[in-house]
Amino acid sequence: MAGEGDLKLLGLLVSPFVVRVRMALSMKGVSYEYIEVDVFNKSEILLKSNPVHEKVPVLIHHGKPICESLAIVEYVDEVWGGAAPSILPADPYERAIARFWAAYIDDKLFPAWIGAVKAATEEEKAEKVSQTLAALARLEEAFAKCSNGKAFFGGDTVGYLDLALGCNLFWFETLREMFDVELIDEGRTPLLASWAQRFGEAAAVKDVVPNVDKAVEHAKKMRRMFVH
Amino acid sequence: MAGGDDLKLLGAWPSPFVVRVKLALSFKGLSFENVEEDLGNKSELLVSSNPVQKKVPVLLHNGKPICESMVIVQYIDEAFAGTGPSLLSSDPHERAVARFWAAYVDDKLVTSWVQSFRGKTEEDKSEGTKQMFAALQTLEGALRECSKGEGYFGGESVGLVDVSLGGLLSWLNATEEMSGTKIFDPVKTPLLAAWAERLRELDGAKLAFPDKDRMVEFIQKRQAQAAAAAAAAASEK
Repeated sequence: MAGEGDLKLLGLLVSPFVVRVRMALSMKGVSYEYIEVDVFNKSEILLKSNPVHEKVPVLIHHGKPICESLAIVEYVDEVWGGAAPSILPADPYERAIARFWAAYIDDKLFPAWIGAVKAATEEEKAEKVSQTLAALARLEEAFAKCSNGKAFFGGDTVGYLDLALGCNLFWFETLREMFDVELIDEGRTPLLASWAQRFGEAAAVKDVVPNVDKAVEHAKKMRRMFVH
Repeated sequence: MAGGDDLKLLGAWPSPFVVRVKLALSFKGLSFENVEEDLGNKSELLVSSNPVQKKVPVLLHNGKPICESMVIVQYIDEAFAGTGPSLLSSDPHERAVARFWAAYVDDKLVTSWVQSFRGKTEEDKSEGTKQMFAALQTLEGALRECSKGEGYFGGESVGLVDVSLGGLLSWLNATEEMSGTKIFDPVKTPLLAAWAERLRELDGAKLAFPDKDRMVEFIQKRQAQAAAAAAAAASEK
């Protein structure tokens, strides 16, 4: 299979950014060596390959590191361009729309839900949940526009924006389990609710989504460390 | 310019994010209609083109809006691939590195720079300044790596990161003049200091960059407004 031998991914099983990259690699049918990193006790290889941020994911291809999950996804799409399907749309305007919403997900949605996980007070948590719901309401509108009546943001098949949002889904389930809060809900965001169902069943991405218990465990560890 | 292409940029001349888009358009040799927005009284066109953020820049290409400065810059490079130089290498690894550093400019440099003048306390502001200089030191290293001995982050010619960082240049230069402290210090960050000089000389930059004196005047006015607002708030207590 393509990519064998000199492709490594440094990651954390429960990081949505790592899951995003693993989904992309899985879509392309690319094999790689996965190396789990202890983010609370960073290893030499991580510090060397991502000295700027010391964060995962880091993809190491022929010894050269690539950092930042969205940059890695574009890289994977370009290097394994021949391997169907294409992750990014071909049309420049559609690419711009996809990149806009992916940036929105990372800049607005992610800080909101991770803020809810780390919240020190009920008040703060409620505020963060509210921000998460507001961002998801925007993404519901985006889905209506981007999908054009089709199954995914990317059209008939999973694409860049599906990965950008989809990698967060198992954490939304985690938040449901921990705080009894429904983030993607049939009543409020019906399009996203049915999309989430379809995305969860998509063969290409299913296998790399971790169990919710692992995310719950990680969340508890984070709260012990950061919430005083 | 390709026949039938209508390019309209909704912007505000002092905004570094708007300057980035102007740089990209100028470097590619693309002409466009520049629409100056009054950010205190946003036009219907702006609000309908960017309903999510209601911010500039917005590029309208044949009426279709593209938002977010770096998304716009990549769009320009891709939609007008045949026109002018490429802003991104064709090599996937170099492209990934460029995207990484462009993201770094926004996540670390812009964030800390904004904190240096908008921080709530003097402590916050000076922390912002400290982090800004740390980020510049990191970017010095990035320039050394990316330029491969040539003049730009893009190598021999300007690329994505040059545009990303270049957008900030006028504002940073104006701040240097006002404070008397060098931001692109030729001793601490020699490569960046030389890069800044080199970029300013390019025709594309001359078209895109706001006039320095006008920039200084703008920042002074802004600072005066902020000080007046703070004084008014304090006296209301």
